[in-house]
Amino acid sequence: MAYNSIVLVKQVPDTKAVTGKAMNDDGTVNRAALPAIFNPEDLNALELALEIKERYGGTVTVVTMGLPSACRVLRAALCRGADRGVLVTDRRAAASDTLATSYILSCAVKHIGDYDLVLCGRQAIDGDTAQVGPQIAEKLELPQITYVEELHSIEDGVMTAKRNVGNGWEKVQVKLPALLTVMNTANTPRPAGGRLMMQYKKARSLSELEQDGGSAADAEKLKAKGLLIDQWDLDDLKADLQWCGRDGSPTKVHRIQSVVLTATEQKEVEPTDDGLRGMVHELISDHTIG
Amino acid sequence: MIEINRQGEVWVFAEQEDGVLSDVPLELLGRGRELADKLSVKLAAVLPGKGVAGLSADLGAYGADKVYVVDDDLLEHYQSVSYTKVLCELIQKHKPQIVLYGATAIGRDLAPRVASKMRAGLTADCTDLQIGDYEVKRLDQVHKDLLLQVRPAFGGNIIATIVNPDRWPQMATVREGVMAMPSRNGKVAGEVVRESVKISPEDLAVKILDRHRAAKKVDLKASRVIVAGGAGVGSKDNFQLIWDLANVLGGAPGGSRAAVDLGFIDHDHQVGQTGTTVRPALYVAVGISGAIQHVAGMSGAAKIVAINNDPDAPIFSVAHYKIVGDLNDVLPRLTKAIRTKC
Ligand SMILES: Cc1cc2nc3c(=O)[nH]c(=O)nc-3n(C[C@H](O)[C@H](O)[C@H](O)COP(=O)(O)OP(=O)(O)OC[C@H]3O[C@@H](n4cnc5c(N)ncnc54)[C@H](O)[C@@H]3O)c2cc1C
Ligand SMILES: Nc1ncnc2c1ncn2[C@@H]1O[C@H](COP(=O)(O)O)[C@@H](O)[C@H]1O
Repeated sequence: MAYNSIVLVKQVPDTKAVTGKAMNDDGTVNRAALPAIFNPEDLNALELALEIKERYGGTVTVVTMGLPSACRVLRAALCRGADRGVLVTDRRAAASDTLATSYILSCAVKHIGDYDLVLCGRQAIDGDTAQVGPQIAEKLELPQITYVEELHSIEDGVMTAKRNVGNGWEKVQVKLPALLTVMNTANTPRPAGGRLMMQYKKARSLSELEQDGGSAADAEKLKAKGLLIDQWDLDDLKADLQWCGRDGSPTKVHRIQSVVLTATEQKEVEPTDDGLRGMVHELISDHTIG
Repeated sequence: MIEINRQGEVWVFAEQEDGVLSDVPLELLGRGRELADKLSVKLAAVLPGKGVAGLSADLGAYGADKVYVVDDDLLEHYQSVSYTKVLCELIQKHKPQIVLYGATAIGRDLAPRVASKMRAGLTADCTDLQIGDYEVKRLDQVHKDLLLQVRPAFGGNIIATIVNPDRWPQMATVREGVMAMPSRNGKVAGEVVRESVKISPEDLAVKILDRHRAAKKVDLKASRVIVAGGAGVGSKDNFQLIWDLANVLGGAPGGSRAAVDLGFIDHDHQVGQTGTTVRPALYVAVGISGAIQHVAGMSGAAKIVAINNDPDAPIFSVAHYKIVGDLNDVLPRLTKAIRTKC
């Protein structure tokens, strides 16, 4: 039996590469100064989907919602063995919080239809919320297996997997379809394949094509070669706009501060025996240590 | 979503496993108490499980005025769909204005699912919760007495305050150890309200074949003193210096993520945003640069001593005692000074 997977992948700013330049003077983040990367745990989700495809057959579709430039993560996924990429992009989706994002992505999953598994990364490093996966599961009325660390088997549409629950693990079984969120410990994502890189180098979404000055005829040509990345907006998804973007987001940002750390009263201690003894005495006399 | 209800209670999801309450709901009752008092409403805990009614007394002793107990054999083990159903039905019925969850494996699985079903907002991993006003200048509107949900974002480089002005309940998750554990008062259990929610087999779609819970090897949160080493310690062998100092102080050894990644110490010992958040009486940071993700997990310590050979290391900006020097030289002396207490 073959199983079709849909993997949700996000392009995120590399928060590890944050330097002075990445922060604006007003304390907001200067996204342009940060390299954009494939959200790390989404690569683990993709790897798991590719392993399922190799073991049981089926297809792997990757979906991302973001700016047209997010197409890069779709190409990266195609170069690792995904069969199809879908870009969801729409100005009206801007400023979506996790709830609105999950609504839009759930519409995209429904639009694709015919799936057995929806896979997400455990969390995206820009917000570390880990909310979008479970919220999509709820919207699609799917059972969810969060923190998947190992997939044992899928037999007759019943999946057995191990999940990491922090202070231990659980071996669970669920009848597909189901949504999984995948941990970084689940596997080692494969690198892009050389042959696939050649094949998908020219894959483009419509908006990328337009940006490069391509015509409708060029799009047709790409499509014939299987190199046109699907691009959908909220109308294509028949999404109800009241649940999208700013209007669809119950949470609002009230205030943003960049982090300024200050210590109350600092003492510099000489790294000598005398200096250290003085500090130890202070710590004893204020009952910090016994 | 529920309509705005200013009389609504403040709720804490009372997470338990195998009949043992987790620490976070107790910590949340501490802050929940302050929020409820500020709003002049009751503080309640929601306790689903099997045979768990006995835990209500504990919840009362930590500050809950009321405990909603949902006792059902089918709720023995946490499951996403069944527990979501319980929370949503109770929220619909009682219309709390705030619902707080621990950002544990369970809380992070449950809260987003509830938020989605209620079409309400949810803020993950808050480091502070306050009551305050939210002004929308553009519309000349003021929303009074909202839950201000403070959280680091963007790898800890910014601190955002999030509000949820009109689609209630206002919900947030908080990591273990972030809020101080309140002291247990002598008060007997508040009011116990028995609720029942119909759980059907479809709500238990996931079969748990086997489960294992490990006793934590180290309980950093419970340690009064933590001596943490970073990449600067250089090797696993050299990490012995950290263990030695921790031993003479009766404390626990900790590590930065770099130290954990380099294999100097196990992940259980990691302090920081993706490790444990600690607030000990004394934190000694050795060979740790002071990246924001690390500082996020230890800046609540009452006293911080930092040892680093780089006088400009960011860790010094949060230190009460700044020691510039080579840790290989300083640590043995410090350990000796403490051992001999003179
Ligand atoms: C999403 C995210 C989450 C993260 N979560 C965490 C987390 O939970 N916890 C965490 O710690 N990090 C976390 N990090 C990683 C964090 O950004 C830093 O990379 C990490 O804390 C650095 O560890 P370090 O200070 O030990 O190493 P380094 O930054 O390499 O610092 C080593 C320090 O040792 C000093 N040193 C070297 N030799 C000596 C010597 N002989 N004597 C004295 N001093 C010496 C150096 O001057 C330097 O300051 C996270 C990162 C991201 C992106
Ligand atoms: N804009 C997006 N496009 C596609 N997938 C997303 C998007 N946002 C979140 N996800 C998925 O949801 C997971 C959790 O994201 P988060 O809740 O932001 O931590 C990610 O690892 C992705 O799999």
